[in-house]
Amino acid sequence: MSAVTINEGSLNDIMNAPSTEPLVTPAPVAKDPPKPRATPFLQTGRGRAFSEALGKFFRAALPPVIGMALFILVWQLVSTSSGENGLPGPAKTWTSAQALFADPFYDNGPNDKGIGWNILHSLYRVGAGFGLAALVGIPLGFMIGRFAFLSGMLAPIISLLRPVSPLAWLPIGLYVFKETEPASLWVIFISSIWPILLNTAAGVARVPQDYLNVARVLNLSEWKIFTSILFPSVLPHLMTGIRLSIGVAWLVIVAAEMLTGGTGLGFWVWDEWNNLNVEHILIAIFIVGIVGLLLEQALVLIAKRFNYE
Amino acid sequence: MHDYLHIENARMVFDTKQGKFTALTDIHLNVKQGEFIALIGHSGCGKSTLLNLVAGLTDPTDGVLLLNNKEIKGPGPERAMVFQNHSLLPWLTCYGNIHLAVERVFGGRESRQQLRERTLRALDLVHLSHAADKRPGEISGGMKQRVGIARALAMEPKVLLMDEPFGALDALTRASLQDELMRIVEETKATTLMVTHDVDEAVLLSDRIVMMTNGPAATIGEILHVDLPRPRDRLALAEDPRYHHLRGQVLTFLYQKHMKQAA
Repeated sequence: MSAVTINEGSLNDIMNAPSTEPLVTPAPVAKDPPKPRATPFLQTGRGRAFSEALGKFFRAALPPVIGMALFILVWQLVSTSSGENGLPGPAKTWTSAQALFADPFYDNGPNDKGIGWNILHSLYRVGAGFGLAALVGIPLGFMIGRFAFLSGMLAPIISLLRPVSPLAWLPIGLYVFKETEPASLWVIFISSIWPILLNTAAGVARVPQDYLNVARVLNLSEWKIFTSILFPSVLPHLMTGIRLSIGVAWLVIVAAEMLTGGTGLGFWVWDEWNNLNVEHILIAIFIVGIVGLLLEQALVLIAKRFNYE
Repeated sequence: MHDYLHIENARMVFDTKQGKFTALTDIHLNVKQGEFIALIGHSGCGKSTLLNLVAGLTDPTDGVLLLNNKEIKGPGPERAMVFQNHSLLPWLTCYGNIHLAVERVFGGRESRQQLRERTLRALDLVHLSHAADKRPGEISGGMKQRVGIARALAMEPKVLLMDEPFGALDALTRASLQDELMRIVEETKATTLMVTHDVDEAVLLSDRIVMMTNGPAATIGEILHVDLPRPRDRLALAEDPRYHHLRGQVLTFLYQKHMKQAA
């Protein structure tokens, strides 16, 4: 931001300074000493600020740029050294991605849909599975945090189920629901409920005693305590839980879709593996990474809004 | 005038990991309506515990606490508390923090407009009308403490309880808040119990100073009547021999009779 504004202001400086001065003092009298030349731009205060901001920008941008360049270089080297039928290189993958994204929303029947559809299907499953997890996990988390008895009751069950690998739940889902779609939602649900549940409970248990004392001195009703003290106080923890939960859901979706098939990024990866289209697999990896990054950043932005400290 | 707040034979024992810990014992205290009482003593002498008993935040192990001849059972808005660390809710504005209390106490019988006016009046009382829409994170420590006082006063409590309200502030801010508090208490005639570490503060503000012995099993050692005329002026008092005499008596109690060994 600041780099840009300083930049514009300084540019105005460059353009205005030499041109206005002679206009304001027209027709210099011969006896007058020659006007001192304007100081070179980079020696003025604004000029220095400009070059400093520029330097700051490059210092911040340079390491990531070099990192990415090295990454692509290593990729290219691995690709070249693996021979004709080896790993596709960056250029080949890029061309393939351009072709892929030229028509993202075509639909040629159940097993051949555009990449856009696949992304949307995966996002929908993550959203639905996570939504269910939030629907159950948030209220349950509040209750576990508020009532020690409930916490004691559920703690052993949670500790037992939480470390289970998400995909271990898939057969149960398939058996119970007899269909792949609810089974994959089930996997997302059961694997993403733990972070949101535990973070909410921890947040409730950690509401400062001071705030609760205020509630007690004021004799607030249980509902008012919830809306004006408990909920706002837990919100940052809740946001962390949501962020972790969606992160887990996005991690699990690719694996779940590989097994259940039909649509989605995971299915697409597996399908392209069967077609031996390795470029597309690489593209899928990038898509999964980029979408995950965007989800995370969006949630971090939302979380910042609710941080009052 | 009869005893307004009556504490008889109060005892407080806590269950700790190291067994039972007697914090307070044999507490007898009578406070008249409109009186300003300072509780002073070394750290850990149970001053705050006594205040919490009156607030109803903790129940005494033994003994009786009566307010206006009614037993104190649990906390209530007629005993407003100003906490040591202000305890404002960070997600509400200064206005919102006070309004929460006003709404709870008067919400049943007054219109929205009246509640709003009460809130604004409380802010004005502590000279913070300009900060009404700021959140606690955006104002200074002294301002936060003033909002805490305004919140307590807005409830029109019968008893105002203050737990080292100015302890965390610098000396200059503290002095100006003490002056403000004197003015407000003069105006509202609130019965006040204030826990403090500060001898000057105790002498300047209170009608009586309750001096407590060291814990464990702390009790009231002496009670000193501060018969300085009101309104009091800190500059005039600085030259007043009576002030220095009273101050000396508190210091003698704290540093001669009940010196606490540094732990």
